[in-house]
Amino acid sequence: MILKGENLTVKFDMPNKTSITVIEDINIGLYEGEFVAILGASGSGKSTILRCLAGLLKPTQGKIFYHGQEFSDVNPNISMVFQSPALFPWLSVFDNVAIGLKAKGIPKPQVEKKTYEAIDLVGLDGFETAYPKELSGGMQQRVGFARALVVEPEILFMDEPFSGLDILTAENLRTDLLELWIGNKIPTKAMLLVTHSIEEALFMADRIIILSKNPGRIKEEIPVTIPHWRDKNHPEFARLLDHIYSIMLGKEVVTRIDTQQKVGEKPAIPSIRVGALTGFIELISDQGQQLDIYKLADDLLMSVDEMQPLIEAAEMLGFVETKYGDIIITEEGKRFADADLLHKKEIFRKAVLEKVAFIKQILEIIEHKTDKRMNEEFFIDLLKQKYSEESAKEQLNIAIDWGRYSELFGYDEDSHELFIEEQPSN
Amino acid sequence: MRLKFPFTKKNNIEPVDIFIVLIILSFIYGLIRAGAGIGKEISYSPQIFLTASNLPFYAWLSILRQLAAFAISVVFSIVYGYIASHYKKAEAIMIPLLDVMQSIPLLSFLPIFVISLINIFPNERLGLELACILLIFTSQVWNMAFSVYGSMKAIPKEYNEVANIFNFNKFLKFFYVELPASMIGFVWNSMMSVAGGWFFLMASEMFVLGGKDFRLPGIGSYLQLAAIEGNTQAILMGLGTIIIIIVLIDQLIWRPLIAWAQKFKTELKEEEVPTSTLLVQLNRSKIIKVISNSWNNMIDGITIKQLKKKDAIPSLQTQKKQKFSFTSIIIYSLLILCVGYGSIMFFALTKNLKVDNWLNIVLADFFTLLRVVTAVFISLIWTVPLGVAIGLNKKLANKLEPIVQIFASIPATAVFPIIVMWLINSRGGINLASIVLMLLGTQWYILFNVIAGAQSIPTDLKEVSKIFKFRKLDKWRVLILPAIMPQLIIGLITATGGAWNASIVSEYVEFRGKIYNANGIGSLINIATSKGDYSLLAGSTLIMIITVVLINRYIWRKIYWKSIEHRV
Repeated sequence: MILKGENLTVKFDMPNKTSITVIEDINIGLYEGEFVAILGASGSGKSTILRCLAGLLKPTQGKIFYHGQEFSDVNPNISMVFQSPALFPWLSVFDNVAIGLKAKGIPKPQVEKKTYEAIDLVGLDGFETAYPKELSGGMQQRVGFARALVVEPEILFMDEPFSGLDILTAENLRTDLLELWIGNKIPTKAMLLVTHSIEEALFMADRIIILSKNPGRIKEEIPVTIPHWRDKNHPEFARLLDHIYSIMLGKEVVTRIDTQQKVGEKPAIPSIRVGALTGFIELISDQGQQLDIYKLADDLLMSVDEMQPLIEAAEMLGFVETKYGDIIITEEGKRFADADLLHKKEIFRKAVLEKVAFIKQILEIIEHKTDKRMNEEFFIDLLKQKYSEESAKEQLNIAIDWGRYSELFGYDEDSHELFIEEQPSN
Repeated sequence: MRLKFPFTKKNNIEPVDIFIVLIILSFIYGLIRAGAGIGKEISYSPQIFLTASNLPFYAWLSILRQLAAFAISVVFSIVYGYIASHYKKAEAIMIPLLDVMQSIPLLSFLPIFVISLINIFPNERLGLELACILLIFTSQVWNMAFSVYGSMKAIPKEYNEVANIFNFNKFLKFFYVELPASMIGFVWNSMMSVAGGWFFLMASEMFVLGGKDFRLPGIGSYLQLAAIEGNTQAILMGLGTIIIIIVLIDQLIWRPLIAWAQKFKTELKEEEVPTSTLLVQLNRSKIIKVISNSWNNMIDGITIKQLKKKDAIPSLQTQKKQKFSFTSIIIYSLLILCVGYGSIMFFALTKNLKVDNWLNIVLADFFTLLRVVTAVFISLIWTVPLGVAIGLNKKLANKLEPIVQIFASIPATAVFPIIVMWLINSRGGINLASIVLMLLGTQWYILFNVIAGAQSIPTDLKEVSKIFKFRKLDKWRVLILPAIMPQLIIGLITATGGAWNASIVSEYVEFRGKIYNANGIGSLINIATSKGDYSLLAGSTLIMIITVVLINRYIWRKIYWKSIEHRV
């Protein structure tokens, strides 16, 4: 085993003296000749795991072993490709690639030779003197790969390197990388890819590690034995795709780690504005009774990661149900989708009052005040007992959005107060 | 270019601010001690000739002074910004210090600064030159340092990660990441600083205090002499020279520099980018290529050298950590000791002052405040309508902006002798002259900021006001004023700062052997210095610093944060 992480836990202290657990008890190993993908939604701490293993971030608990030796510094045998290419705009392509060699103190003639070779390797010959802003996103990321590969790392880390690119460019770059890897054209002995795209992981990796979120834990490890190049229409590919989808949505009983989560860590209100939610439900209603979540995400050009809070919000209000990777609209959901604006508000109000405890709590607090007004700091403090300040503010903003739409309460921008409007007595 | 708010986000007085003020007070005490008892005659009094043939040489001397001050500022601000952004313990003091130093009128140190430096250096010319250069330096370094600090703090996270994963050492990181990332802000701030530096240069090249003549050959002293002798031809030639210098510096240095700095932009947004044909020509020249290549080789050389050193001492990091906390304890206790001693002595100086002395000082301070307010108010009356007109109308802007820029480039202190010559015997006398100088020094800041604010009004909002046929009054109330407010406040802060500085040179004037004196804090400081009344000097400096810092924190910043509160 080249690299191993043992019981890795990362906690961040918050200013309000609580701490947030980003990843918990992660055990992960990387063998020679292996391409591993870490798959998880945002908030699963997948990039954090990567940074711990690279030595960029010190875990709160746990140890890193490199070839069996404990290692706590930045590991010089690991190189990394970043999500944004993170190229220095003031350096030419050549200088951006050469900088890793310069940092190692390698003499100039060798730096030049190796840099030219690396630029050739990623297919950018002729662009040596160009500046990053003259290149397309895909070409910029190629420079990112060249910079990482030029130092001939034993291990290559990739932090969502394809997620900022359009579909075709990403596909192209993935194929080229895989060609280098399978064809043994680079001396790299192991690869570790962080991604939120199941398809990407399935296409490239020999082993997929699936994470749960808040905090990030390993849910399941799935070996992929389909030979390269993998065909997306291959029945095994399709089966694994569905399988992983259901694991990620937590609907299939696997290990059900997320039931162990503390209730307090789930947000009081899903981070979705009413406008987006309404549009989403209308869309599902138009598409039919039962929809494949994976296909829906694909149609909407969204990742599951982006769609998950939408589904959660809709499910919380009882407008949809999810089962085995499918999404099903409920009777109430159908009614909501078909109603006109006024009735929509009514249905929404009813659902919110029944299902969203936090909004009910806000209402009760304001009702108890004689002037029917309460400052926002009070609610933020309330939320801060469980969440970070930033998250508390975000959640209150969403609550205000929901409150305004359902006309349950309003918000005075100037005085920063939440209030209930006096009903005109009739 | 939109100016960023050049201050920290504080708008209250905190304990650390009081400590900062104490640092400054003990520094003033140090100056007073060094300058005290200057009984000796000033023998260095170079003859200044008003003939045209001498003018280029005088101009050259002034430029050299400016250059020396700027060179010190560049080194100082980069070191200061680097330390403040990398060491938390240093940051806690260094940033509030920047904040206060940026807002107090540093020109009030001019008289005592000059006297003490002449006292310290046996060579009077050297002392005078140093005083002049250091004054320019103190006037321009703070915002430059703040910009370096701010840029280094705001370096994108992924750049730091790249630097870490590839094991950059400090030098590589500094030259390849941190310095480039700071470049744009640094160049803009340098340009503004140098413009402000001329104001100080002109004031410190020649002044008379207590019958003694402090002068250095230069374009500032040339103009002053020309005004005293009433030589209109010389005045015009002097002013022409200044304008030519400043326009040339702008065209030959700043424009190419700003165009060059664009390559250090960290965001890849499409925007109109300043260009310079001179820069393109320079980039083609062989010499520039040789210079830039050898610069790069030098950096790589340093990096490799440092790498070798690092190998020799494996546990460098742990060692350094201990060393730093140890030295920091020594540094801080020394600092506290010095500041403690200095400020105790400073306040000991003021104990001679009786209640009515204090009342006098406060009253004088109030009079100066009135002048500052008047000058700023007059500036507002004409600059806001004109600035909005220019900002909203591209054609007008193209016509007027070059003219405005030339006028604005003339440092107010350069024309002050001429104003004195014209106004000293008018009905308003020195009072009027003082306000006019403040006006000249302040109005441009406001004008440029109003133009920038008006230019940034979104087109769709302008269209809304057209479609709904807003009446003129409503258009101002609903659209224009709120839109320009944040920029206007930034302009006002700079403008009032300039006005306070102007009070030092304009309230107390010795002209053709006669003393003209307007009651105010500036004249009080001058009188105290010339009489050697250090109690009065200490008292009036203290009151002025307090006034300016309070107004800044409790009025300007509050309005500023309020005005951007609802911005999306």
